[in-house]
Amino acid sequence: MKFTRDWLFDHLDTDRSLDEILDILPMLGLEVESVTDRAAALAPFTIAEVVSAVQHPNADKLRVCMVNTGSGDPIQVVCGAPNARAGMKGVFAPAGAYVPGIDLTLKVGEIRGEASNGMLCSEREMQLSDEHDGIIDLPDDAPVGAAFAPYAGLDDPVIEIAITPNRADCLGVRGVARDLAAAGYGHLKDVDFAAHDGGYDSPVQWAIDPAAKAFCPRVTGRGFRGLTNGNSPSWMAGRLNAVGQRPISALVDITNYVMIDLGRPLHAYDVAKINGDTLTIRPAKDGETLTALNEKHYSLDASMCIIADDHGADDLAGIMGGARTGVSDTTTEMFLEVAIFDPISVATTARKLNINSDARYRFERGLDVTSPDWVHGHVARLVLSICGGEASHIVSAGDGANWQRQIFLSYDKVQKLTGMDVAIIDQQKILHTLGFTIVACDDDQGDGGWQVSPPAWRGDIDGAADLVEEIGRIHGYDNLTMAHLPREHVVAQPSLSPAQARLFRTRRALAGCGLMEAVTFSFLSESYAQAFGGGADHLKLVNPISADLSVMRPSILPNLLAAAARNQDRGEADVAMFEVGPVFLGDQPDEQRTACSGIRHGATAPREWHGAMRKTDVFDAKADAEVALAALGVRSAGLQTMAEAPGYFHPNRSGALMQGRTKLASFGELHPRIAEMFGLRGTVVGFEIHVDDVPMPKSKGPARSLLSMSVFQPVSRDFAFIVDADVTAGDLLRAVKSGAGPLLSDMHVFDVYQGANIEAGKKSVAITITLSPTKATLTDEEIEKMSASVIALAAKNCGAVLRG
Amino acid sequence: MQNLEPLSSEILAAIDAAESLEALDNVRIETLGKKGRVSLMMRDLGGMEPEARKQAGQDLNVLKDTIARAIETRQTILADAALTERLAAQRVDVSLPSRPHIDARLHPLSRTIEEVVAIFAEMGFVVAEGPDIESDYYNFTALNIPEEHPARQEHDTFYLPPDADGKRKVLRTHTSPVQVRTMETSEPPIRIIVPGRTYRSDHDATHSPMFHQCEGLVIGDGIHMGHLKGCLIDFCRAFFGVDDLPVRFRPSYFPFTEPSAEVDIGCTRDGGGLKIGAGDDWLEILGSGMVNPRVLENCGYDPDKYQGFAFGMGIERIAMLKYGIPDLRTFYDSDLRWMRHYGFLPFDAPSIHAGLVGGSV
Repeated sequence: MKFTRDWLFDHLDTDRSLDEILDILPMLGLEVESVTDRAAALAPFTIAEVVSAVQHPNADKLRVCMVNTGSGDPIQVVCGAPNARAGMKGVFAPAGAYVPGIDLTLKVGEIRGEASNGMLCSEREMQLSDEHDGIIDLPDDAPVGAAFAPYAGLDDPVIEIAITPNRADCLGVRGVARDLAAAGYGHLKDVDFAAHDGGYDSPVQWAIDPAAKAFCPRVTGRGFRGLTNGNSPSWMAGRLNAVGQRPISALVDITNYVMIDLGRPLHAYDVAKINGDTLTIRPAKDGETLTALNEKHYSLDASMCIIADDHGADDLAGIMGGARTGVSDTTTEMFLEVAIFDPISVATTARKLNINSDARYRFERGLDVTSPDWVHGHVARLVLSICGGEASHIVSAGDGANWQRQIFLSYDKVQKLTGMDVAIIDQQKILHTLGFTIVACDDDQGDGGWQVSPPAWRGDIDGAADLVEEIGRIHGYDNLTMAHLPREHVVAQPSLSPAQARLFRTRRALAGCGLMEAVTFSFLSESYAQAFGGGADHLKLVNPISADLSVMRPSILPNLLAAAARNQDRGEADVAMFEVGPVFLGDQPDEQRTACSGIRHGATAPREWHGAMRKTDVFDAKADAEVALAALGVRSAGLQTMAEAPGYFHPNRSGALMQGRTKLASFGELHPRIAEMFGLRGTVVGFEIHVDDVPMPKSKGPARSLLSMSVFQPVSRDFAFIVDADVTAGDLLRAVKSGAGPLLSDMHVFDVYQGANIEAGKKSVAITITLSPTKATLTDEEIEKMSASVIALAAKNCGAVLRG
Repeated sequence: MQNLEPLSSEILAAIDAAESLEALDNVRIETLGKKGRVSLMMRDLGGMEPEARKQAGQDLNVLKDTIARAIETRQTILADAALTERLAAQRVDVSLPSRPHIDARLHPLSRTIEEVVAIFAEMGFVVAEGPDIESDYYNFTALNIPEEHPARQEHDTFYLPPDADGKRKVLRTHTSPVQVRTMETSEPPIRIIVPGRTYRSDHDATHSPMFHQCEGLVIGDGIHMGHLKGCLIDFCRAFFGVDDLPVRFRPSYFPFTEPSAEVDIGCTRDGGGLKIGAGDDWLEILGSGMVNPRVLENCGYDPDKYQGFAFGMGIERIAMLKYGIPDLRTFYDSDLRWMRHYGFLPFDAPSIHAGLVGGSV
C-alpha cells in the first residue's frame, strides 16, 4: 500500500512530523517498507523559459536555444526535442546535475560545434514517466527560476507500508489515517459522504441471478451523461503517478483514486458499449470467454461469477473489468459499479485465472460491505467536478450483507490476556476512535464489560481477543510488562527425550570419526528416488520448484552422493559426510523415518608423507555404522553381519548388521552403477541406519553392573586355519567362540591370506583368542584341551584345518 | 709391601685413556678381573706375615676401591657420550606434519538447534516433533487458516497428490501444526518447542524451498502476553549473548494468534557490517502471539479456561545473524569449504554451564 504524505494529511489533521508518523506506524501494525523523497533526486532541476530556439547550423534535428533560468543572462542549450520553441516553459538541468533517466551527470560541452550548458528535460529523463516525445511543456504561468519538484508536487514523499491480511481497512489512505488518529496522532478529517441526488433514470439496471445471490449480496450503480473524459487534473494524476498507478483518463483515474483513497474499488462502464439495459451478476457458463482490460483472453467455468450484458460476460466481478465495455477517452456516458462480492469466490476465481489486480487484492480481503450505499455522493461530486455532465438516480440489487455483530468484552479481558493495565476510559476511547460502537453491559456471569459492535470496515474482528489486540496495539506493545516464565523446577529438567538425545549423540560420534555433518533437502529428483527404492506417485510433489527437487527422498544417500559429486567437481575428491534426518517411505506420519546415513569417497586422508593414506573401503563404512549404532545404544559385539544390503550397494561388498532378525544398519560399497549415476570417480562407500528400528537401550538406571577383574594371568593363543574361500570369518569366529568356552574374553582375526602356499579355492584365516581364568591360573592341560576344542569345532562347523 | 702409587697411577691413566666401554672393560679385566693385576696381588697376601698382610691388605683394598670408582666414573662418561651419539643419530625433522587427523564439523543448524534447546530447557520446555508431510487440516484449518484465505496464499505451499477422497497432503509450511498435535494429545500446562524442517515453494537469494523453524507453545494458568514478552526477551538475550539486547514487540497478524506480535532485535549497520545488540536499527527475528481462541477450540480446549502464547522463528535466520553466515542457500549445499569454515567441533557442545557461543577453532 503506497500513499503520499499530503494524501495522508487530506484525511488526518495533525501537527506531527512525518518522522514521528513513520516511527509510530510499525508500532500500530503497519510496517513501513520504504519512504521515497522524489524531490531530493530532482533538486537541481528548475523551471526555465526558452527565449529563442533556432535551427542548429550543423544538424537537422537539433535546435540551439537560449534559456532564461531566472538568474543571470540567458544561457545556450542545444536541444533535440521537436517541441522546443521560443516562449515555452520547461524544466532545465544545469551542467553538474545528475539526470536519472539517462544515468548521466551533465557537463558543459559542444554539440556539433555549438556550446551547450545544460539540458531541457523530458519526463522520461527525469524518471517521472515513460513520456519522451518531447521536453516537458509547462503552463505559461510556471514560475521561471523556481525549483521544479515542489512546483510539480514531487516534494510529497511516497510512503509504502505492508498490510497484513487482516487489515483490509488500511488498503485505503483513510484507514491508515484512522489508526493514526486512534493512536493520538491527530484527528480524522471529515469527508463529505452526503448523497448526491441524480437527475435522471439510470440507463442501466442491476440484476443478480439467484444462483449468484451468495456471491453478490449488494450492488449499486448510477449513470453519468454529458461527460468530457480527458486527462485527470494534475493533482490527481500526480498522486496516482506517485503511488505507481499510471494515469489513463479522468474517469479511470477517478475509480483508481477512490480505490486508494478509501479502499473502495469501483468499475466504470461505457454505457454506449453495454448491450441492452441490464447488467446481470451470474455464474459464468462453462467455456464462456471474455477479454479483460489487460487485453488477455480468459476461459471461464461455472464456479466463477461474472457480470454480463445481453451480449455475454464482460467483467470478472471483483477482479478486472472487460475490454469490450470499458470506458475510453471518447466516453461521454458512463455507468459506475459499486459492488460487494464474496471474498472467497473472488480469491478462488482470481487464483484459477492467475490474475493479480488491485481490485482482487481488496475484494479478497473484504471491503466495507456498506460502501455501495455511502460512496456514490462522494464519487459523483468528483466525476462532475472533473468531467462535467450529470448523474442519474442510483440503481441497486441485493439486500446487503449481514455484517452487524456484537462481541462481549469484559473490562478485565485486556489485563487477563496481555497483562497490561489499560484504564477503562482509555479502552473505551480507543475502540470509539477506531469506529467501534460500545454499550456497557454485564455478561451471563454478571461480569462487567461492553457489548462491542465492530464497524462495517472491520470484517476481521470476530472475538474478544481481536478487541484486545486493537486496544493493545493502540495503547502500545511497548507498555507490555516483561514477566519471566514462572520456573517449575529449581533444577531444569531435560528437554530432550532419550530418543531425541541419542540423535545429537550420534551426530557427535560421527563427526568425531571424521564425517562432516550435512543438511540436505528432503526432496530430490525422481530418477535418484527410484534408484533408492522410492519415487512412488503419492510422494511426488504436485508443484515442485524444479525436477531436481520433486520427490520426497526415500534415503539420504543419494543427496550425500550428489554432494560428494559437487565437491569432486570443485576438486575435493576425498569426502566423508553424514546426515541425520527424515526419509519418507509413505505419506503417513508413521511412514516418515529418521535415517542416519554417511558416505566416504576417495582416500582416507590427503596424500601425505607418513603413508597413512589409503582408499576408503567397505570396512570404513562398516566402522561408521558401528560407531553410529554404539552412539544409538547398541554394541556391535552382539550383532551379526549378513549379506543383506539393498540393491544400491555392491552385491558382494556390502552387508547388514543384524540384531537377531532385525536389520539395524546396511553398509557397503555403493553399486558401481550408482557411483556412475552421480558421476563419482572410483569407489564410494556408505551406510544407512533407520534409527527408529534401532531399539532404545533398556533403562536400568545409572548404576553399572559390578565389574569383576580376575587376578589370574590371561592366556592368548593364535590359530591359523585353512578354510574354503567362501567360508565367512563370521562363521569361523562363531565356531571358535563355541569351542573356546566361557573363559573367552577377547577374540579377533589378525590375518587373512590367499595366494602362494595356499591351495586354490582356500584361504588362511588367523585368529587370536584370549582366555581369562576366574578361579585359578590355567594349566597346560586345560589350555591344550581348550585348543583342541576350538580346532574341533572349527573343523566341524567350517571345515577348517589348522595350518601346518 | 711395595709402593702401590705407581701402579695406581698407571691404572688410573689407563682408565682415563679408555675411549670405549669395551676398552674400559678390558682395563677392568686386566686389573680387577680374576687374573687381574690387583686380584693377583690380593691372592699373594696369603703368603705374608700377619702384620705386613694387614697393612698390605688395607692398601690393596684402597687401591681396588679407587680403581672401581674410577671405572664407574669413566663408564658414566662413556655411556653418556654413547647416548649422546645415538641420540644425535636419531634426529628427525619435527617440522614435518603429524599424522593426518580429520576433524569433521557439525552443521551450524544442528549446533543452533542445540543452543535453542539448551536455553528453552532452562525455561522448562520440552522438545516436541511432528511429521513433515502434513494434512491440510493440521497445517492450515486447525490453525484458523481457512481455504482461500489470503494468509494461506502467502504460504507458497508444496502439495502432494490428492488421495482417493480428494484430500491432498502438504509439506508443512511451518512447525505450527505440532501445536495442534500436542494440544490434542496432552493436557495443560504445556511448554514445548518444535525445531524442525519446513517447506515453501520459493527459491531465491533469501528463500530456500526447505528451511528450519522452531515453534514454541506455552499453555498454562495465567499465562499472558507479558510472559510472552519475558520469555522471548530472555531467549534472545541468552541466544545472542547480549545482556542488554534491545527487543521490540510490534503488532502483526498471524491467523493462529490473537493478539499477534512480531519481535525485532536491536542492531546497527554502521560501517557495513551488521552488529547485533546496539544501534538504532531493528531486525525482525520472530513471530508470536497469544494462541487464538479458535485454535484452542479446535484442539478441544476451553478458551475461557486456558490461554497461552506461541511463537515461531527461523533457525537459519538466527544462525546467520549470530554466526555471521551471509547466504541462506549455502546451508544445504554441503560444500566442504563451507562446512570446515562455518561448522562446529563435535565436542564443543553448547550448554548453560559451559556457554552458548560456539568456538571458531
